[in-house]
Amino acid sequence: MSPSYDELIRPDRVHGSLYTSPEIFADELAKIWYQSWVYVGHVSEIANPGDYVRKNIGPQDVIMSRSADGEVHLLLNRCAHRGNLVCEAEAGNSSSFRCPYHGWTYRNSGELLGYPFPEGYGGRGKLDLGLGRVPRTAVHEGFVFGSFAPEGISLAEHLGDAAGEIDRLVRLSPEGEVDISAGWLKHRARANWKLLAENETDGYHPQFVHASIFSVAESGIGALYSEKSEAVTRAFGHGHSENDLRPEFRRLGKPLGWFGTTEERMPDYVAAMRRTYGAGAQEILVEGAPHVMIFPNLFIAEIQMFTIQPLAHDLTVQHVTAVQLKGAPEMNTRMLQQCVGSVGPAGLLLADDTEMYERNQVGVAELRPEWLDVRRGAHREYVDERGLTVGGATDETAMRGFWAHYREQMA
Amino acid sequence: MTDVRIIEQFLYREARLADEHRYDDWEALWTDDALYWVPAGSDDADPMTRMSVVHDNRNRIATRVKQFNTGRRHSQTPASRLRRVVSNVEVLGPDGADNPRGDTVVEANFVLVESRERGKEIWAGRYTYRLRMVDGDLKMSYKKVALVDNARVLPTMSFLI
Repeated sequence: MSPSYDELIRPDRVHGSLYTSPEIFADELAKIWYQSWVYVGHVSEIANPGDYVRKNIGPQDVIMSRSADGEVHLLLNRCAHRGNLVCEAEAGNSSSFRCPYHGWTYRNSGELLGYPFPEGYGGRGKLDLGLGRVPRTAVHEGFVFGSFAPEGISLAEHLGDAAGEIDRLVRLSPEGEVDISAGWLKHRARANWKLLAENETDGYHPQFVHASIFSVAESGIGALYSEKSEAVTRAFGHGHSENDLRPEFRRLGKPLGWFGTTEERMPDYVAAMRRTYGAGAQEILVEGAPHVMIFPNLFIAEIQMFTIQPLAHDLTVQHVTAVQLKGAPEMNTRMLQQCVGSVGPAGLLLADDTEMYERNQVGVAELRPEWLDVRRGAHREYVDERGLTVGGATDETAMRGFWAHYREQMA
Repeated sequence: MTDVRIIEQFLYREARLADEHRYDDWEALWTDDALYWVPAGSDDADPMTRMSVVHDNRNRIATRVKQFNTGRRHSQTPASRLRRVVSNVEVLGPDGADNPRGDTVVEANFVLVESRERGKEIWAGRYTYRLRMVDGDLKMSYKKVALVDNARVLPTMSFLI
């Protein structure tokens, strides 16, 4: 018996039990994680036929593989015989997976190839079995999503206007492709996954959670999230949201200003961009990278990319890597080193976010006042020319968009 | 510079300064060309092309210390209670292709217990140091921390490991 989500989710507040209840977490797995489109991986992680990598959809262990014909498959890491793991390695290249328990083998596209001592099954090729698969797989600009729902809205419908933000990221490459194969940090948070998802486009916290690094690192990031900032927070629908920092970068008006550098210091990259995009390159170089949260688990924060993996009502893993741009080696070195400094267990930024998530998880279990307040900036929101709700740089517009979609999914 | 007793005393002091959050004293142990590296994924993933947990040049070590010293580094406010044991010290000499200064290479195992409000963590791994005499003082130009679980999920580790 599900709780009444309409009671727990109000326009200006949400109930603490949404973060602390194991029953609600189980309900979320069924209605969101095993239903909705969920980001799984990127095609650059399995660049060649035979490549595979272990990914996840919540607690599910998913093998993302590329078969000989170039197709991308999302398979469940579970032998059809006795349920053992068929893939122990984190990544590799193989045309097949062999279960170590009784030697059953599967093609890297999931079909059962064979089993030892076949007479026990009346001969070879007698079993109508294979690896489980995620029923729907779809790819947008190299970003691979999966859905456990056999039917439902298309990935394009799910992404809606948020797809344009992925496209903006990809356009930062002079070859129009990103590379997401620099490896992942896996950072544990003893906190509910929604605390992470809500924080990603919360423009209110940076000045406080990250005051320590902003004050010593001569970073311009803090100013982007102030009362005076012209940046906006936008809800895309379907729970997606962004901090649109472009108004500030346009005001700055300098190519690569968004990245804290100049065109003089990245001459090869800028030249390659102008060759590819012609007059359009200027706008791309000035406006920079997106800061977008794609419901429920993909967060692109300019040069770094996170995925959120929920494991229990109070346990989440943040996977994070540096975005790398194809055809832009001088950018990539700097992007990687900046990302490593910021994110992960020792990151100058993310260690403090994660400390907040964990303290928040303790706090929301306190019995009074029961609710979390999400009303900030509701009185000054407006609807833009695309019909999307927009708030100020520090407003909770994104959270309200998240909860509106969550409530629909959980109904 | 291969007197193992002097080298061990340096390692123990470095460990104690890190355990006790004596950030400025710890920073003073570094040479100007310092590199502080905690690999991720494996012990030898190329830090120029692969993610690391920490990959600090001298400049970023200074930034890290300054951030602690603001008193608003939330993940270390309050600071973790730390004690580590450094052992199995081996002096490997001035070898190594990327060791142009001929620094003395030393390796050692460590086990570290961290206690915070959220609970207790045990950290373990192997340290690689490069040590050099600078104006009569022993300093480190390189410290690599190969965590035993660097390919797994890690909790926050914002103290000096």
